[in-house]
Amino acid sequence: MTVARSKLPVSPENCMYDFGVDRIRQDFPALNQTVHGQPLAYLDNAASAQRPAAVIDAISTYYSKDHANVHRGVHTLSQRATDAYEAARQKVQQFINAASTREIVFTSGTTDSINLLAYALEDGIKSGDEIVLSRMEHHSNIVPWQLLCERTGAVLKVVPINEHGELELDAYLSLLGPRTRLVAMAHVSNALGTINPVGDIITAAHEHNVPVLLDGAQAVPHASVDMQELDCDYYSFSGHKMFGPTGIGIFYGKEELLKKLPPFKGGGEMILTVSFEKTVYNELPYKFEAGTPNIAGAIGLGVAIDYLQDLGMDRVAAYEADLLDYATQAIAEVPGVRLIGTAAHKASVISFTIDGIHPHDLGTVLDHQGVAIRTGHHCAMPVMEFFGVPGTARASMAFYNNATDIDQLVEGLYVAIKMFD
Amino acid sequence: MSDKKELQEMYRRTVLEHSRHPRNFRRLDAPDRIAEGFNPLCGDKITVYLDLSQESIQAIAFEGTGCAISLASASMMMEAIQGQPLSEAGEKAQRAQDMFQSDAGSAAQSGIEELQALGGVRAYPSRIKCATLAWKTLQAALNGTIGAGQVSTE
Repeated sequence: MTVARSKLPVSPENCMYDFGVDRIRQDFPALNQTVHGQPLAYLDNAASAQRPAAVIDAISTYYSKDHANVHRGVHTLSQRATDAYEAARQKVQQFINAASTREIVFTSGTTDSINLLAYALEDGIKSGDEIVLSRMEHHSNIVPWQLLCERTGAVLKVVPINEHGELELDAYLSLLGPRTRLVAMAHVSNALGTINPVGDIITAAHEHNVPVLLDGAQAVPHASVDMQELDCDYYSFSGHKMFGPTGIGIFYGKEELLKKLPPFKGGGEMILTVSFEKTVYNELPYKFEAGTPNIAGAIGLGVAIDYLQDLGMDRVAAYEADLLDYATQAIAEVPGVRLIGTAAHKASVISFTIDGIHPHDLGTVLDHQGVAIRTGHHCAMPVMEFFGVPGTARASMAFYNNATDIDQLVEGLYVAIKMFD
Repeated sequence: MSDKKELQEMYRRTVLEHSRHPRNFRRLDAPDRIAEGFNPLCGDKITVYLDLSQESIQAIAFEGTGCAISLASASMMMEAIQGQPLSEAGEKAQRAQDMFQSDAGSAAQSGIEELQALGGVRAYPSRIKCATLAWKTLQAALNGTIGAGQVSTE
């Protein structure tokens, strides 16, 4: 079946600027394969992205030549490993424009970062204190706070969303009060793609002297983020969603705040001296990095950041905005489609349902067309409940996706419709 | 088997027909047994109701939300279990799960005629729990009393 495309915007590849997506795709070995006999159209980037050969090679080289434990040995390999690990920290610091590398803590990912903060804040939280978060949070930015509430008697205050999947900002403002201890909010919603007005969120919180944690897992892969410009207090993101390895992520915190927080995990690396009477904790950021870290992961993440810096995040954002327009219109034209999440400001994520076809059946049929999308609740059950659906199909794009991927997806939707007709 | 055939094998006409028009899709007013099943990975939910008469199942019904595979499996279960002696129903619930979990290439049969059309799901490991949910929930209903609680695929 051919797909009518007459009204679609010009495909992003034909835009005025030359993003060079064809060349970029060649940097990603995983994209160059067939699945069920069809070229792979990988549209599950919000779950996990693919990585460029440079990242894979860097990890391989590290393990082949430079591996030893960091910050421990005086021998050459330990020094090489330490230098590479710390160089990666510096790349992260520059990438998000943090004021200092002391503000960059390596974790295993966003979930780990949020749990770190939820435990480190515990001493300052009393019964009746309030944590403000939104209806559109990923479970990883809900459950750690529920656990904190169970331990302390604090309560969650949930900011509602509207039918477009946008935050109700007035409701947010009214929820900030004298008992608010933290605002924990998605920068970009994983299930809906909504880009939240984080500048306004932070400004309003600061007027109440409330610190803000942003879950940046879905933001960092799509646009440049600037910690100092945002004046953000805490920020978290994952390596594997930004074309780096799994098992590595970042917890950012303002230095003056991190200094006051107790450590989350105890062990080696995070200490200066240990006796059975007293342990003196290491300086920042090592106070929060107990045990041997994911050295290869950090190095791989550093190389992913180099790759993104070379591309230029502003160019990435511009290309993805065009790709999102193209895909939104193409998917919306398919009969029976309901778009879930139609915010004015969106990252390149499209959640949708099709009348009469369960998302999981759709996912299986699309897989047979070589199209990889995510189906289900996207670890955001409160969002699904709000829209009255058990789950959605979600196509999430990265800068290496092109109009051909979208066309393949749309053709797959027609195959599914015909099959379930 | 070619990829396309595999897909057609899973979504056979009978399977799609059952999923569109599931049998006994309703609540029983005063059931003797009731159990809820939940697949936390995909959000599929099912409630199985049983009316018992001495040692057999006088009436079986279900409600829930799920994909075509999970609805078809539950619907086929209605036909396979209605009127069965309790012991036979329990055995069928186990045999159905064993069949779905057996190797796709193996000749394992559940001996449940109504389920034959759903054997193709074995080629899709990520979808097997869709097919077993209803049978697992039936098992809980058979083992429990009213309000036996929730079973989970995980």
